[in-house]
Amino acid sequence: MNKVQVLIVDDSSVMRKIVERSLRQAGIEIEKVYEAGNGAEALVVMKDAKVDIILCDINMPVMDGLEFVKQLAGVENAKGVPVVMITTEGSEGHVVRALSAGAKGYLRKPFTADQVKEHILPVLAGKS
Amino acid sequence: MLELSAQEVFETMLGSHLEAVSEPPPEEVLDVTAMVGLAGLLCGVLTIRCSSRAGARMASKMLGIDAEKAAAEIWDAMGEICNMVAGNFKNKISGLGDGCMLSVPTVITGGDYSCHSMGNATSLQVNFLFEEERIIVGIEIHS
Repeated sequence: MNKVQVLIVDDSSVMRKIVERSLRQAGIEIEKVYEAGNGAEALVVMKDAKVDIILCDINMPVMDGLEFVKQLAGVENAKGVPVVMITTEGSEGHVVRALSAGAKGYLRKPFTADQVKEHILPVLAGKS
Repeated sequence: MLELSAQEVFETMLGSHLEAVSEPPPEEVLDVTAMVGLAGLLCGVLTIRCSSRAGARMASKMLGIDAEKAAAEIWDAMGEICNMVAGNFKNKISGLGDGCMLSVPTVITGGDYSCHSMGNATSLQVNFLFEEERIIVGIEIHS
């Protein structure tokens, strides 16, 4: 797999760092990491950035992850870019809503590096 | 269930075992409190209370850096841990997940304050030993 560019969206900077570290531990080679603290910031980032995958929390201030995924459909740079939700919200309803909104995967916090590998790699492979 | 929820988060995200203990830490050392609200079918607030030193240790373990360097990340780290414990707790209650929303975390620093709950509330508190530091994980549920 080629090196990837990734956008990590989470209102916790600590969690953004943990997600990045977990991706590296999963053996994913990262060329560049973009970060955003909420969905609105992420939409601004996506106007210019070309990323291979977006990893996004759900519960965030300003704009939550589900709204972000819906609005992402209108962003030219985001066409075909898979989104995986990484969130504490683990109910079946949340999973269904996330997938209906356009997310390609769903990972519950807390997560292990193995779970990151299991959930992210197939999504990246599917994209390529 | 609260005990297990906290233990799972600490083991998975920090690589630390939380040991439940009977003795709570002295109130005067508790100067950081992280809170996450629950609303819907289950209303209340989940809190994690500890010393700044314990908070720095949590941030250090989460990020894999020295506790001194992690001091700037205490609030963020504790808020996120509290968020994950609350989510994990909620997810363990069958049928609750969709009917209960979590707030974004709030973190309070300083020891000279008291929390007063409005209405009828039931509270549960578990004291833990975390890497030689004592912390309290509590939940207050409103009827």
